[in-house]
This record gives sequence, structure tokens and C-alpha cells, in this order.
Amino acid sequence: MGLTNQSTGSSVLGHILHIERSSSDQKIIALAGNPNVGKSTVFNSLTGMRQHTGNWPGKTVSIAHGSFSHKGADFILVDIPGTYSLMANSAEEEVACDFICFGDPDAVIVVSDATCLERNLNLVMQTLEVTCNVVVCVNLIDEARRKKINIDLEKLSHRLGVPVAGTNARSGKGLDKLMDEVWTVTHEKTSCTPLRIQYHEAVESAVSLLEPALTSVLKNRLNARWVALKLLEGEKNLLESINSYLGYDLPAREEVSDSYQKAREILQHAGISSELFRDIIVSGIVRKAEEICRGVVTFEKPDYNKRDHRIDGILTSRIYGIPIMIVLLGVIFWITITGANYPSSLLADGLFWVEDQLTALFVSIEAPAWLHGLLVTGMYRTLAWVVSVMLPPMAIFFPLFTLLEDLGYLPRVAFNLDNFFKKACAHGKQALTMCMGFGCNAAGVVGCRIIDSPRERLIAIITNNFVPCNGRFPTLIAIITMFFAGMLAGPAQTIISTLILTGVIVLGVVMTLLISRILSKTVLKGLPSSFTLELPPYRKPQVGRIIVRSLLDRTLFVLGRAVAVAAPAGLIIWGMANIHVGGLSLLSHCAGFLDPFARLIGMDGYILMAFILGFPANEIVIPLIIMSYMATGSMMEFDSLSQLRELLVTNGWTWLTAMCVMLFSLMHWPCSTTCLTIKKETQSWKWTLISFLVPTVTGILVCFIVASFARLLGLA
Amino acid sequence: MKLTAELFMKDGKCMPLSFLPTGKKARVRELTSNGISRRRMLDLGLIWDTEVEALQKSPSGDPVAYLIRGAVIALRSEEASKIMVEAV
Repeated sequence: MGLTNQSTGSSVLGHILHIERSSSDQKIIALAGNPNVGKSTVFNSLTGMRQHTGNWPGKTVSIAHGSFSHKGADFILVDIPGTYSLMANSAEEEVACDFICFGDPDAVIVVSDATCLERNLNLVMQTLEVTCNVVVCVNLIDEARRKKINIDLEKLSHRLGVPVAGTNARSGKGLDKLMDEVWTVTHEKTSCTPLRIQYHEAVESAVSLLEPALTSVLKNRLNARWVALKLLEGEKNLLESINSYLGYDLPAREEVSDSYQKAREILQHAGISSELFRDIIVSGIVRKAEEICRGVVTFEKPDYNKRDHRIDGILTSRIYGIPIMIVLLGVIFWITITGANYPSSLLADGLFWVEDQLTALFVSIEAPAWLHGLLVTGMYRTLAWVVSVMLPPMAIFFPLFTLLEDLGYLPRVAFNLDNFFKKACAHGKQALTMCMGFGCNAAGVVGCRIIDSPRERLIAIITNNFVPCNGRFPTLIAIITMFFAGMLAGPAQTIISTLILTGVIVLGVVMTLLISRILSKTVLKGLPSSFTLELPPYRKPQVGRIIVRSLLDRTLFVLGRAVAVAAPAGLIIWGMANIHVGGLSLLSHCAGFLDPFARLIGMDGYILMAFILGFPANEIVIPLIIMSYMATGSMMEFDSLSQLRELLVTNGWTWLTAMCVMLFSLMHWPCSTTCLTIKKETQSWKWTLISFLVPTVTGILVCFIVASFARLLGLA
Repeated sequence: MKLTAELFMKDGKCMPLSFLPTGKKARVRELTSNGISRRRMLDLGLIWDTEVEALQKSPSGDPVAYLIRGAVIALRSEEASKIMVEAV
């Protein structure tokens, strides 16, 4: 959740990230690679905690860099976005291409997947065309061995003409060798002769005409052959980048323009259009990759991925695909609800015991009553509620969800749901950003960067809030266990809770689709754009790392934020309940003001106010409701979760109130962090406002309809 | 749709990849898409004569997962219909 860190040692140089060296000896290493090859694991293992994350200047692509030393030399490692090619088809690829080509790295490490080497060589060879200071890192080498795929690394290195290191970044295996090679490439004047791809005759003769002219002009600032290929391909953005890097219009230079014209004529004469030129280049690279792999990669078991395909056959099958998905979700909820009950009441007991001790302390030092009220009944008690209600479900749900993420199940969810998103005229990857929203809507909004088309990205951003984030899950769970399941006893209780919660989530997904479709037909008209989705191999999850990562990164981060917000909110609520104006407390005044409207949508003034005060963090909504009831009611002592229901019922809650609170929790304004993130991502107040209004209006409408119907039918 | 696929296959002619039944393999003959969509297909390694296997339909029948050069890639029918293949 690196949303808060800002990059430090970098500045804007044109639109290319410029990394400051702390000393002239420091070497800059670019870390490139396809997505899903364990690039970030390599990055983390090499740099440890010495990392900075920031945004690529002018683009919504985040970039991290960190430092490490090896053999007494210092290196800065720049983690560029994972891409399949350097041909600038998307914002990520443009950034990757810009940094490798114009960021002046001293060397490039290309991380590739040993289980899928041929495909990864595409990026390796495109990089080799730009620079020969390349080290190829063949990662996931252990997994390849398990799948009985043998890779002759020496032969590969010989054929590519650059050093190759086999690694298993998860266990740290081979990283020493990788750093050795990086050190050699950057510190020794070795003459490497990287592989050169021979393209179609006409292309080669055009290039050979242009290359000498370029060599004399460029003076080693850029690789002449690569520039020749790019000039002839004529991709506008890249030409602009080349020109701005050089500081002059290259094709217009006197020394170049003549041979440039001639080279173009050769291509024209051969009937090679710019589209065909690109086809020739790509085919050439793919063919070369095939050729290199022949004899380097051998499969002992040609059907090595049969097992994955068989699992996919079940998890994405016509009959079982969607039911399995819902059952899996249900199982996660069931474990969360069942598992959270006991620690929740334990925590509540413990924390309220502390409250009693605090009270005793305040009494013993004869502190004034208002001070005790403010600090203990106001601040401490709200904090205690937040921790005891929120912490256990989060600590269970997060690791479980991360486990599914690590296994590689989420792309399968996107695969299963894609047709629904297509019918909603939305992007297939929206299913992925929706899943990220389960963790944190702000993270989900940032995740929408994976969607290229601006229209579909906006739809994904606006509708992300329809899946409950971790701050709202505990709210839902608390209401369900208190209200719906509380009436039953025994095992039926958790099963009913699970079913209701699953139903709420499915409703959230249905609303996401419905609102996406409505947006596509109104303010964001358009057709779904083309997309390809990779279903990566299932990977054995690293259970230890998952627990640490989800507890530290997510649970503590979210809890910390909740606590930071809950303390002042507790103060405000207590203050409002105890400052009297005209015989009534401020709290009652505000609640009374909101009450008529809140009643219309099935709630009451206190609940609506808790939602409003919960804008900085949804986690505190339920604790705030409890606090305001307790502050106004006669019952002051609560020490167990089971008594909460009574409190709510005495304050007029019916099943309809509980239902509307759940619906409104699912569909209301995004929290302040999410709103700020939306502003940052869309660069527009208008779309931020729309993202605020769409779920809010939807929630009010849905609650109003449900409440009106229930009352009309005499159900509540 | 099925009839068309059989017709195509009997004649040994090219057909859109979207017609390829699951479990069957085919070789790429032509890309009829343009611009960014074409580049994406090329990046996947879908050049002339590349073998593609239709692995798995999603629950609603679209998209379909294909095995392309060792990677499993899901394509919507809009994309797959612009890849002309010859069954093997």
C-alpha cells in the first residue's frame, strides 16, 4: 500500500525520470521484465527496506527505486513497470521504454520466467537492440525444475551474447551470481557482442544505408542501429522522445536526411508500409526467440502444464465456475465470522477491563468528571470499540484474501466474470480492480491504472466503491452477527451470517455491473475496448510472507488509520453529547435535524450522523453509533458484544434498520482517502464529485425503496 | 456457428480463431485487426504459423482461454475473430 511514500532523489527531466546519484561511482541499474515473473521479489530481495516509491513524472505509473551494494560498489536499482515489449502500446510500456532508452542506466537486468522463457525473450531481445549492457535473470528456476523444464543457461548466455544468471528470488538463490554479473558489466570493460537479429532483406538494406550516417551524428549517445529501425518504423511518440533526448530534430539533420530519404524509398519500393514494417520486426524477434530456445530449453514432460489446465477446467467451467467462486467467497467469510467471534469478545473484555482501571485511576487522583468523560468515556471507549470490533475480522480476512491472490485465483475471477463486464460495456480488467477494492477502495482506484482506455478506467474508478473495503466488512459482519444471526443458536448462526454477507457482496457486484452499464449508456458512452488477460500458472503461496505482509501492510495500516480517526471522532461525539444548548445536547440537535430524512431511508439521525462523521474512515461508523446511543441513553455500562443488540433494539432498531444500515454501508460516499486518491488519479474535481455522488445517490434510492416497500407491506 | 466451423475445417481453409472448438489446435495465418489491437496480438507472439490451442471457455462461453507459446491468454470473441487460423 505504498500510496503515501513520495519518491525523493528523482527529478523531472523532460518527461523522463532522472535518478540522482549520490556519488559518481554509483551505478544505475534498470530492472525490467514481463508481468508475473517475480520481478518485485527480485527487487525486494536486492534492495530490502531501502526503497522509495513515486509516480513517473506526468504519468499515472508508479515507479520504485532502491539501493544495494555489492563487492564494495554502490548501485541504485530502478524497478520499471512490468511489460511484454518496449513498443509503447500502453503507458507502462512507454515508461519502460523511455527509461531503458533515454534514462541512461548503466545496465539493465531483464527478469524472465524460466517456465515460459521463449515468450520472455521478446523483451530481452528488444532490450538488446537498445543496449548491450544487459544481464538476463532467469527467475523461477526451481519451479521450472519442478515442471521438468531444463534450461541450459550457459548456452543461452552464449547465444544471447550477454551474461545470464538463473535465480529463485523467493529463496534468494542465485542472486549473488546475478549481482556478480551486474558488477562485471558495470565495472569491467568487457567487449560483449550481443545477438543481432537479421530482418527481411529490404529492411536490412534500408537500415545499413541509414546506420553509418546516424553513427556519426549520434556519437554513441544512442545505439545507431536501434535508432535506424525506429526512424524507419516511424512511431510518432518514440520519434518525439528521441528528438527531445537529443535536443534536435534528428531526421531533419543535414547528415541524416539524405540517407533517411533513400532508406524510405527502399522500403517503399519493396512495398513495406509502416504497419508491415512493424510486423516484420515483431515476427523477426519471435522467430529468433524460437531459434534460441531450440536446444536451450528442453521439456522432459511436454504436458507440464496439464495440471494447471485441469484445475482451470474446474474453476472456470460452465457449470461450476461461478458457483465455486461464490462458495469460495462464502468459505472465506465463514472462517472470518467464526474465527472473529471469540477474539472479539476477548479483546472487548480486556479493553473494557482497562477502561475500568482507568476510571479507578481518575477517581483516585480526583480528576474532574469532564476530563474523565472526555478521555475515557469519549476517546478511549471509541478506540476500544474500533479495535475489538475491527481487528479480528481484518486479521483473518486479509491473509485469506492475500492467499487467493498469491495462488493466482484472481485472474480466473476476471475470466469468469468478463462476459458480464463486457455486457456492461466495461473493461475486462475491471473485475481485477474490483477485487482489489475488497482490500481497500483507494488501492482499487490506483489499480485502475491497468485499464488503458480512459473511458473504461473512469467507469472502474467510479464503481469501485460498490465493493466493501476492509473498513466496511467488519461493519457488515458486526450488524449481521448482532442482528440476523443473533436470533438463532448454534452452528446455524454462522451459516446464516455467511449467507447474508455473501448475498450483500453479490449485490455489490451486481450494482457495480448495473451502474457501469448505466454510465456506459449515459455520461461515458462507448464500446468495450480490446483486451487480453493472462491466466498465469498457479503458484505455491508463501504462507509466512502472506501473513506478515497482510498483517503489517494491510491490517496495521488500516487499523492505524482507524485509530487515528477514531480518537478525535470519539472526542467530538462525547463533546456533542455533553454540550447542552436549550435543554438538549448538540448531538440530539444534529440527530434531530437529520432524523426526518434518515427515517425516510430506513435509518435514524444518529446512524446517518455516524456515517457522515465516518467520512475519514468507514471503520468507525458502528463504534460511533454505539457511542452516541450510549451517550444519550440511560444504559452506560457495556462490556460484551452480545449486549449491543439490546442497546440497538432499545434505540428502535428493527430488522429493517439493520438491513438499511448494511445497504447504506455498501452504497454511500467513498471515504476521504479514496476521494483524494480519485482526485489524484483522474486529475479532475468533476469526476471526483461524480464518484462521490453516484454511490451516494444509489444508496439513498435503494434504502428508500426497501424501507418504503417494507413499511407498505407492513413488514416493519 | 458450429456448422461454419466444420465447413471451414473440411475445406482446410482459414477460419477465425473464435470458431476453433476447445481442445483443438490451429496455426495462425493472418491478423485482420489494425492498430493497437494488432500490436497486442503480435506482442503475444501471434505471428504467421504460430500454434494456438483453444483450452477453455469461460462460464458464459466468452472469453476463451488459449494456449499461446506456453502462456494461457484469454481473448474476447471480438479479438479472436480477427485472428485467421488453419486447423491442424
